[in-house]
Amino acid sequence: MGNLGIIIALALIGGGLLWLLIRAIRGKEVNRRLIFVFILVSVAAPILFTITFEMKPTPIVQALYDKIENLPEGSKVLLSFDFDPPMAPEVQPMADVVSRHVLAKKHKAIFMTLWATGQAQFNITLEEVIRRDFPEARDGVDYVDLGYKAGNEGVLNVIRTDFKKMFPTDVNTVPWDSLPILNGVRSCSDFDLIISLGGGKPGVKEWVLFVGDPTRVPTAGGVAAVVAPMLYPYYPGQMCGLLGGIKGAAEYENYFRDNHPRYAGMTTPAMLMMGPQTVAHVVILAFIVIGNVLYFVTRRKEVKR
Amino acid sequence: MSRLAVVVFVLICAAFALSWAVRAGVTGGDHALREAFLVTLSAFMTLAIMSFMYRDNPYYKFAEHLFVGISAAYWMCVGFWSTIVGNLVPRISENLSEFFKVPYSGGGLDFDLFFLPYRYFYMIPIVLGILLLMRLVPKAGWLSRWPLAFIVGTFAGLNLIRYLQSDFVNQISATFVPLFVEWHGFGDFIGQLSLAADGQFVAMMTNLIIFLGVLCGLIYFFFSKEHTGWFGGASRLGIWILMITFGASFGYTVMGRISLLVGRLTFLFRDWLGIMS
Repeated sequence: MGNLGIIIALALIGGGLLWLLIRAIRGKEVNRRLIFVFILVSVAAPILFTITFEMKPTPIVQALYDKIENLPEGSKVLLSFDFDPPMAPEVQPMADVVSRHVLAKKHKAIFMTLWATGQAQFNITLEEVIRRDFPEARDGVDYVDLGYKAGNEGVLNVIRTDFKKMFPTDVNTVPWDSLPILNGVRSCSDFDLIISLGGGKPGVKEWVLFVGDPTRVPTAGGVAAVVAPMLYPYYPGQMCGLLGGIKGAAEYENYFRDNHPRYAGMTTPAMLMMGPQTVAHVVILAFIVIGNVLYFVTRRKEVKR
Repeated sequence: MSRLAVVVFVLICAAFALSWAVRAGVTGGDHALREAFLVTLSAFMTLAIMSFMYRDNPYYKFAEHLFVGISAAYWMCVGFWSTIVGNLVPRISENLSEFFKVPYSGGGLDFDLFFLPYRYFYMIPIVLGILLLMRLVPKAGWLSRWPLAFIVGTFAGLNLIRYLQSDFVNQISATFVPLFVEWHGFGDFIGQLSLAADGQFVAMMTNLIIFLGVLCGLIYFFFSKEHTGWFGGASRLGIWILMITFGASFGYTVMGRISLLVGRLTFLFRDWLGIMS
């Protein structure tokens, strides 16, 4: 049923695009609403009938995976959830799979956020990853949620030298000194890896600028696609890995699942998103071709006149 | 309002009321009505925003204004509870901290004011904050320039050093890459058509592109010499490099927007209509 549905949907999209191409060659304009309909169908069909692809990790994604994989057990990893619901479709899958990897390797996960909305996003990870897949993990011992602190770059500037000053308690008002996981942590320099998950400001760039570079602590990130091209220049010198957009998340999910059989049945939202992405991108490419054909046909007609 | 608009409005209300009832029946449990209402409202808002793609309409306007209003109120509350109550209150007064149920930071430079211990250092941001609000008073509006100058100066100072180090010095050093290495053959590039950057040939080509790309990009922005001859050629290559960069950014932006659409459609199909697991 699924295969038949997707074949019919692809045939409809292909036939429609061909019809539009013929119209373009004849010099007839394309209504912009038709483009929206095509994008809607090309995204909706793969969601309903589920198309997935095997993803091979690119070196920049593999680098983050290897970094977490090769840290000695019990290493302290700081994860900052710097995103909000509009970014969640892209960044939440990254946050989930990276958190799962950190806890699966028995590292100590310290969660925080520089965005007020990040706390609610962390609660999703807490419910759907930590409590579901790691029921044995203890709050305050294996992981801790330090919550949100207002101040953007100001917060980073302070925690670089004195973490406790900004976070005297965790999100449940448990004092810093009563949290065994934070023993020996005075500043950001005491972490073995810092991972920022976001896409806005403050986000990965601010973590690199205000913490990663001055302290030389390995810093990595997972970001929304819009800002990914601006962060690639930081790899490999100033960042040790980066998940760029939903593709980066899908590559990480696939690689993590293949190498950790215990989590073979885990949900892979990013991989499921790659089907609609692929079909929609093909349709957009087709529209770029149709637009160019229409442009040249119109120009030739004007020259003839 | 035309008769057609009224009919459409009634039909939409009826459709979503029916959807609410069906959803509540499917959801079940103690809070079924409330949860079904929230899902139905979310679905309505999503469709109202998407309706702009057809043309501007009252449903889109309603959703847009609601979003702006709620966002403004939300951020005002967050600002109060996180900045004033979260950051300031614990540093100025034990009594206020107890009142707001936040842990008092304690210690530091204290003095008595109205028989309450205050840490005077933190009175400065309070004064600056009040001065910032003077913008609302036309005759005292000029006072808001003082805190604004403080904010601009502080962030300029903070950012200048960090950007200079990370975005300038470190990025220049990142372009100092080996252009030629001891040759061991093409490796996986020919054998397996691999573009992995750890392959020797691919790594060399990557370094060469980084070097030439940065050099030609800078030449394009050098306007003290006419862009002719070899200099003009390098400048044109610089434009190509910039265009490829913009193309990559556009591609990533499209990917991001499609991801958002996937997110909303998944919500509509799974949470609202329940036609996928």
